[in-house]
Amino acid sequence: MSEPTVVTVGAGMFADAVAGQAVGVERVDWRPPMPGTHEHLATVATDPRRPEANRRAVEAILGVTAHLVDVAPASEVLGLEAGQFLHAGPPIEWARTSGPLRGALMGGAALEGLVEDPEDAVALFESGSAVSLEPCHHRSAVGPMAGVVTPSMWMWVLEDRATGRRTYCSLNEGLGKVLRYGAYGPEVLTRLRWMGDVLGPLLQAAVRGTPEATDVTGVLTQMLQMGDEAHNRNRAGTLMLLRDLAPAMVSSGFDSSDVAEALRFVGGNDHFFLNLAMPACKLALDAGRDVPGSTMVVAMARNGTDFGIQVSGTGDEWFTGPAQVAEGLFLGDYGPDDANADIGDSAITETAGIGGFAMATAPAIVRLVGGSVPDALATTRRMHEITLAENPRWSVPVLEFQGTPTGIDVSKVCRTGILPQINTGMAGRVAGVGQVGAGLVTPPAEIFPKALAALAARASG
Amino acid sequence: MTTPQTKDHIELRSGAYADSVTLLQVSRAVQAAPGVVAAQVAMATGLNLEVLEGMGFAVPPSSPNDMVVALRLDEDADVASALAAVDAALVPVRPSSGDATVAAPRTTGSALRRSAPRAITLVSVPGASATVEAMDALEAGRDVMIFSDNVPVAEEVALKTYAATRGALVMGPDCGTALLDGVGLGFANAVRPGRIGLVAASGTGCQQLLVLLHHAGATLDGVGVRHALGVGGRDLSSAVGGLATREALRRLDADTEVDLVVVVSKPPAPEVAEQLGREAEALDTPVELGLLGRGQRDLTSVAEAVLARLGHAAPEWPVHGADSSGAATGPLLRGLFVGGTLCDEAMLMATEVLGPIRSNIPLSYDLALAPDELLVDDHSMVDFGDDALTQGRAHPMIDPTLRNEQLARAAADPATGVILLDLVLGHGAEPDPAAMLAPAIAAARADRPVPVIVSLIGTDLDPQGLDVQRDALVAAGAEVHLSNAAATRRALTLIGAFQA
Repeated sequence: MSEPTVVTVGAGMFADAVAGQAVGVERVDWRPPMPGTHEHLATVATDPRRPEANRRAVEAILGVTAHLVDVAPASEVLGLEAGQFLHAGPPIEWARTSGPLRGALMGGAALEGLVEDPEDAVALFESGSAVSLEPCHHRSAVGPMAGVVTPSMWMWVLEDRATGRRTYCSLNEGLGKVLRYGAYGPEVLTRLRWMGDVLGPLLQAAVRGTPEATDVTGVLTQMLQMGDEAHNRNRAGTLMLLRDLAPAMVSSGFDSSDVAEALRFVGGNDHFFLNLAMPACKLALDAGRDVPGSTMVVAMARNGTDFGIQVSGTGDEWFTGPAQVAEGLFLGDYGPDDANADIGDSAITETAGIGGFAMATAPAIVRLVGGSVPDALATTRRMHEITLAENPRWSVPVLEFQGTPTGIDVSKVCRTGILPQINTGMAGRVAGVGQVGAGLVTPPAEIFPKALAALAARASG
Repeated sequence: MTTPQTKDHIELRSGAYADSVTLLQVSRAVQAAPGVVAAQVAMATGLNLEVLEGMGFAVPPSSPNDMVVALRLDEDADVASALAAVDAALVPVRPSSGDATVAAPRTTGSALRRSAPRAITLVSVPGASATVEAMDALEAGRDVMIFSDNVPVAEEVALKTYAATRGALVMGPDCGTALLDGVGLGFANAVRPGRIGLVAASGTGCQQLLVLLHHAGATLDGVGVRHALGVGGRDLSSAVGGLATREALRRLDADTEVDLVVVVSKPPAPEVAEQLGREAEALDTPVELGLLGRGQRDLTSVAEAVLARLGHAAPEWPVHGADSSGAATGPLLRGLFVGGTLCDEAMLMATEVLGPIRSNIPLSYDLALAPDELLVDDHSMVDFGDDALTQGRAHPMIDPTLRNEQLARAAADPATGVILLDLVLGHGAEPDPAAMLAPAIAAARADRPVPVIVSLIGTDLDPQGLDVQRDALVAAGAEVHLSNAAATRRALTLIGAFQA
């Protein structure tokens, strides 16, 4: 049979009737959309602005190249002041925060010297005076897991040179007992202080002393061809970053034992590059914001309690629902009951088309999430069903170099019921525990019909 | 470096990317396009910029992430068509691996990405979802046929308005039939090809013309249909204003393989019909307008006019089983149709002779029948394909249950004089529809020999076999016509004789 010249969607008998005339048919596996979305889907589909708006939004995100231009404290680059805390996900007040976010906030308060003992910070946050919580996303930043950023933390600074726009992310602490997973013990604070005193300034010197700024978008291109999906696996990216920065670190004039420790720390933390992948994704996606009529998701983020999305055509509004608990593998004796609900801004990678969306390119970690290689190929292919475009710079060799699925379309999610697939780490439910596992998770389904309704309410035509 | 005989076109595409091997192949393919003297499509790396400079191209300031498209064309060559060649060459070719991890597409848009560049889409999902799927096709610049009914008219207008901006054709909603270069979509009869193009705001009206012309073409030269473009039964209403008919006429007028265009429609809005008449006159290709309405020709007369334009006299339209139908058994004519246009046509003809006809698709509002009281003490015609009778169930060409039930009820009513039916064959219809209708007809005539007149819309090329279907109906006691107008006329004669 020749290349299909008729696409059928609906009654199988009509497809059969066409096939019976020796004509190639491509049959859509059509199923009814998510409940209650019929009218909004039709309204949004016939919004005359939508096709061009989505094309513009996609072109905008694909046109961004992120360069690593600086490393500096959050107080300097974000203007963060004492008592101001950034966190992952949509906005949340202390009373509704989950264990890992509480733990990270308590540790952050101790790091900033607001309290001596992290446990004392509970009263501080309960009182609400002299402290404030704000999403990283509201400050052009992203934070993995709890995503807590305090003024003294050093941030990666990425820039889109065409526009001068910048995004920011903290430095990665490694795995296990770390602040972003809600741990706040002495070893956590000791490491953070070393990062502030030694690693941050050293990386700043290295970035400023490296003649050619690292093209983070370009590194991501290479990582995807080297088995990293840039969310749960960042091994190749981390080593490429070291390759770029090591000469300037060595010649920075810093004490050689500090340089050696920094190189060991970065080289020993396979996730170090995640904190560059994330702001690179945000830098691209922010370019696609605020296109009236566009149904493209520009952020997916979780605060450990709520999962929220923002959509290009609906401005800064968050559409939220309860964050889900991931399915996957657990460290040591931990089990599903120990895991907190989904948390972190790192789903910005999936929003940009990598992470879980590029699962096909990272067969090395499919077993981590309880899957097989064919599952991974099927996952990436499934994500093409809910996205607007393929990214020509980020391609997957095993899928004939097909570009990664880019630009989640709220309409397509509602039409197909296919939810974005997110690769994630799992934090312990109880503040202070840290990481308990890693796995796969999806957003709560209801946030997409909510966003669709808002798009329909704004539709013209 | 342009010479008097050539011109350069250079553009930067930021955000576009392809690997160098692909771009080499693209450059070669574009060089072979007509009017192209030299072509270089490359990422704007230092090396590639040197190459471009060496070729004499002046490349504007760029970054290595930009794709440069540099073309040197003959002075009179068309830049747009050369760029189209670039775009075509850049479309990635991915051999299908037959891989089990490739799941079926879940949306029309996804299916179109896996199909031929000019693939057409046939939408038959429930009406509430039809617009969304159809928009996928239109966004891709492709034509779409919407079989689904129960699509709000505002959505139809939105679809057709958008399609006009993309040069795409929307056939439907509620479009039963299309024939594109010999391929039937929806309910379509298999016919021999020819040089006639049909535009139909009517599914079964289109099928009636197809089968009459096919029958005539068996003995007359040069009678055949190349395309039949459906436009949906509401296209010539005031609300839609003939948006799709206009595009369909434009297509057929531009097709050098089409010598004669025929438009058939359910009764149109007068002002739209008038506008259509003016537009048809302005075309290069002659147009025969077959718009149903009071005082207008029936479909068979339209077919005969088409034959006359081709220099042929009309043949005798076939009738079988006329000997056994007998006299009318009562004063009332009852039409039970699956084809809306066939119902309309019969109603228009019967009104002239019998006066007002009650119907669920009435000629005027005061004649309306509610879907739940279809048997009244009046002449009546029911369209079982109407939206109100198909909500949540298949079209009566697929599921004849409702009509067969009504057939039994009508036969049992002593006032019933003649029953007028249609049966439609072709692609998409039941494999053996007579097997369900013939027993129902036999049962209807078992107690009282009510004449049952059937218009059987089919050809000898249809998968069901015209002869087999006709013989089964005749054996059940029906009188079978190919022409719905002839069948109606026969029924009116029988009723007239009873009344006399």
